[in-house]
Amino acid sequence: MTPYLEFNSVGKTFPGVRALNEITFNIKQGEVHGLVGENGAGKSTLLKILSGAHPPTEGYLSINGEQKDFKNTRSAIDSGVAIIYQELYLVPDMSVAENLLLGHMPKKYGFVDHKKMKKIAQDQLDFIMEDIDPAKKIKELSIAQRQMIEIAKALLQDSQIIAFDEPTSSLSDKETKRLFKIIKNLSENGKAIIYVSHRLEEIFEICNRVTVFRDGERVQTFENMKEVTHDILVSRMVGRDITDVYSYRPRPQGKCILSVKEVMGDGLKKPASFEVKQGEILGFFGLVGAGRTELMRLIYGIDQKSGGKVKIDNKPADHSSPRASVENGLMYCPEDRKYDGIIPVRSVDENINISARRHYIKAGIFIDKKKEAENTMKFIKQLDIKTPSKDQLVGNLSGGNQQKVILARWLSEDVKILIMDEPTRGIDVGTKNEIYHLMYNLTEEEKGIICISSDLPEVMGVSDRIIIMREGEIVASLNRSEFSEEKILSLALPVDEEKNRSEINE
Amino acid sequence: MSNTAVKQTNRTVLTLFKDLWEKSGMVVIYIILFIGLSIFVPYFFTLRNMIGLGLSVSMVGMVACTMLFCLASGDFDLSVENIVAFSGVFCAVIINTTGSVVLGVIGGVLGGALFGLINGTIIAKAGINALITTLGMAQIIRGLGFIVSGGSAVGIQKVSFFAIGNGSFLGLPNPIWITIVCFIIFGVLLNNTTYGKNTLAMGGNMEAARLAGIGVNKVKILIFSIQGAMAGFAGVVLASRMTSGQPNTSVGFSLDVISACVLGGVSLSGGIAPIQGAIVGVLIMGTVQNAMNLMNIPTFYQYVVRGAILLIAVLVDKFKETHRSSI
Repeated sequence: MTPYLEFNSVGKTFPGVRALNEITFNIKQGEVHGLVGENGAGKSTLLKILSGAHPPTEGYLSINGEQKDFKNTRSAIDSGVAIIYQELYLVPDMSVAENLLLGHMPKKYGFVDHKKMKKIAQDQLDFIMEDIDPAKKIKELSIAQRQMIEIAKALLQDSQIIAFDEPTSSLSDKETKRLFKIIKNLSENGKAIIYVSHRLEEIFEICNRVTVFRDGERVQTFENMKEVTHDILVSRMVGRDITDVYSYRPRPQGKCILSVKEVMGDGLKKPASFEVKQGEILGFFGLVGAGRTELMRLIYGIDQKSGGKVKIDNKPADHSSPRASVENGLMYCPEDRKYDGIIPVRSVDENINISARRHYIKAGIFIDKKKEAENTMKFIKQLDIKTPSKDQLVGNLSGGNQQKVILARWLSEDVKILIMDEPTRGIDVGTKNEIYHLMYNLTEEEKGIICISSDLPEVMGVSDRIIIMREGEIVASLNRSEFSEEKILSLALPVDEEKNRSEINE
Repeated sequence: MSNTAVKQTNRTVLTLFKDLWEKSGMVVIYIILFIGLSIFVPYFFTLRNMIGLGLSVSMVGMVACTMLFCLASGDFDLSVENIVAFSGVFCAVIINTTGSVVLGVIGGVLGGALFGLINGTIIAKAGINALITTLGMAQIIRGLGFIVSGGSAVGIQKVSFFAIGNGSFLGLPNPIWITIVCFIIFGVLLNNTTYGKNTLAMGGNMEAARLAGIGVNKVKILIFSIQGAMAGFAGVVLASRMTSGQPNTSVGFSLDVISACVLGGVSLSGGIAPIQGAIVGVLIMGTVQNAMNLMNIPTFYQYVVRGAILLIAVLVDKFKETHRSSI
């Protein structure tokens, strides 16, 4: 196999930041090439250069021996490059078929040919083995289904180079398996595939070669996946050895701090009851749509519950708004940082102090900028938030650092119970490890943590106890000594889902 | 030796200028514009014209203070022009019936605040967007203004009331002082209080602000209520200047206020709202208008020029932004 896509001494400098330095490597036709590295290692910048969004400062890339100088994303697409991003770019009020063919709808006498459009869409859905009616609106689909539509859309362009950027972050196991089948299929058809993921198991499962990035440099390309282990990859990525990313440590537990009794509302099928003790990390596992996030939204007061009682420290805490929850010491780090967590156009300083500033009011109404700045500097240091200054806009930080900003927001409050929804989604190994340590430290200060995660090794790695939800109800609670992957998965999978899964595996 | 010192100062002046251009390019543009007009347009840079200029922007300036909050939170208010008209008329009617100036002023301001409260409540609680809500309310308020006045201007008999709009202090007319005070108060509110910071956070990301424990509905209602009260007060000042309440005044005023803010770099999608931007935006609009009048440019052409300035300003800003992110 000859190299198809080549990066030749590609470098990129942003104002004040050297994002990429002398990157030279290649991707071959028919291979799946993994890219791994921590946040800020340069993978995203590389993809942006490939997509035509940013021109490189130095060097160039060539496709099939021909030097390419992309002026914009259009010229990259025309050269056969498709990039499937983590974020979804779909129009919620338009149908699946319309979204798939947006920009190049088939026409007849100048009008949209609906029949043909539906046919193309149906073929494409069949190809990705997705059983969705093409006439359905995007907003009626689950997040995972939307992700599959995004993938189908990119594949429609018949590109020769396809890059996947964390495609599985919101997919269930079953859908991931299906995606891998599609990717294998594509590579067998001679496409050159780039696969970016933080989930190293996936890299081992699907990639033929893997390139490690660190601090804007290409550290190493492993030509043979048999020669590399999980630990080797991690140590190359981080630049030091992390033997156990979870570094679980047992901690003493105290009295019950949060009690939820028979809570019922939208997204739940049966009333839910559970307790969180001081010092406990309570994991919540379930598939997408199991009702974990919905249950937390009811407790936090984003959505209104139709029944049940919540108590904090044995006092009623039936919150009807997030504001009331925050005042009672119940905080929430949302699943979707970008849409529900950060205020991208405001500074790190303002994002951190958004809630806690009410404690340092002067003369009744004035905010205390000095105290706020002190608080911000304290957390930038304590959580090692990588930002040029406290006045940097949060939208310019990497995902891991944005998550740290949200954590700092709640750590500057008098938090009793912290709900963390997918705390490390899209975050690199090194930062993950830091966040887990923070969780342990917090619980050692007699706080309680609820950790919702779709990442099974993560829930098993950090939780003292796991509650498993399935189709809108709590089905089991397991203590750490009872954890096993098979047991948790079989509890979480609906009966028919399990059947589907075994069919796909065959 | 002295040569290097000169070079040093030159460089610092240059970097200062560059910094200012990066942070608030409109301020730089305004300074250049102002100097240019002072040199080339006769009579422009005279005390009398400066006072006239200040007076002409005072109404837009006052309401721009509160519109800034609306825009900062990601909304806007199209009913302010009608509140101005209604409150002027309402104030005039109250003064004529009760003979009390104080009651008249309070009535005008509270009337405006009430409409703002209704605007805010509908937008926050029912989740109807601000465009439709304030457009609908605008019609209602204009109609109420005509009903209260009986369709024609209401002359005010109480002479002491005219001092608000026509009096002056230390040589500057009162409306200018009022505008300056408003900018100071609302500048402090925006940058130094939780109210201001919450407003900006809401405009930056409404859902994140709600989840962070901000009582977003309350803040929104407050923003619109204060906006209404301010427009009501502006209506009172206008009535005082015109010595009568006019039900058909200020058509197009709401969009003037919004364009002045946007001209100064306030984001229509919320979250970004520098107070100096609003001030400069108001000044640019007023100054250009003033200079065109001095140069006897016909009204028809003035419309074209004003529209062009708004578009060019926004384009320059956009260009600056994309240029910066692609370096």
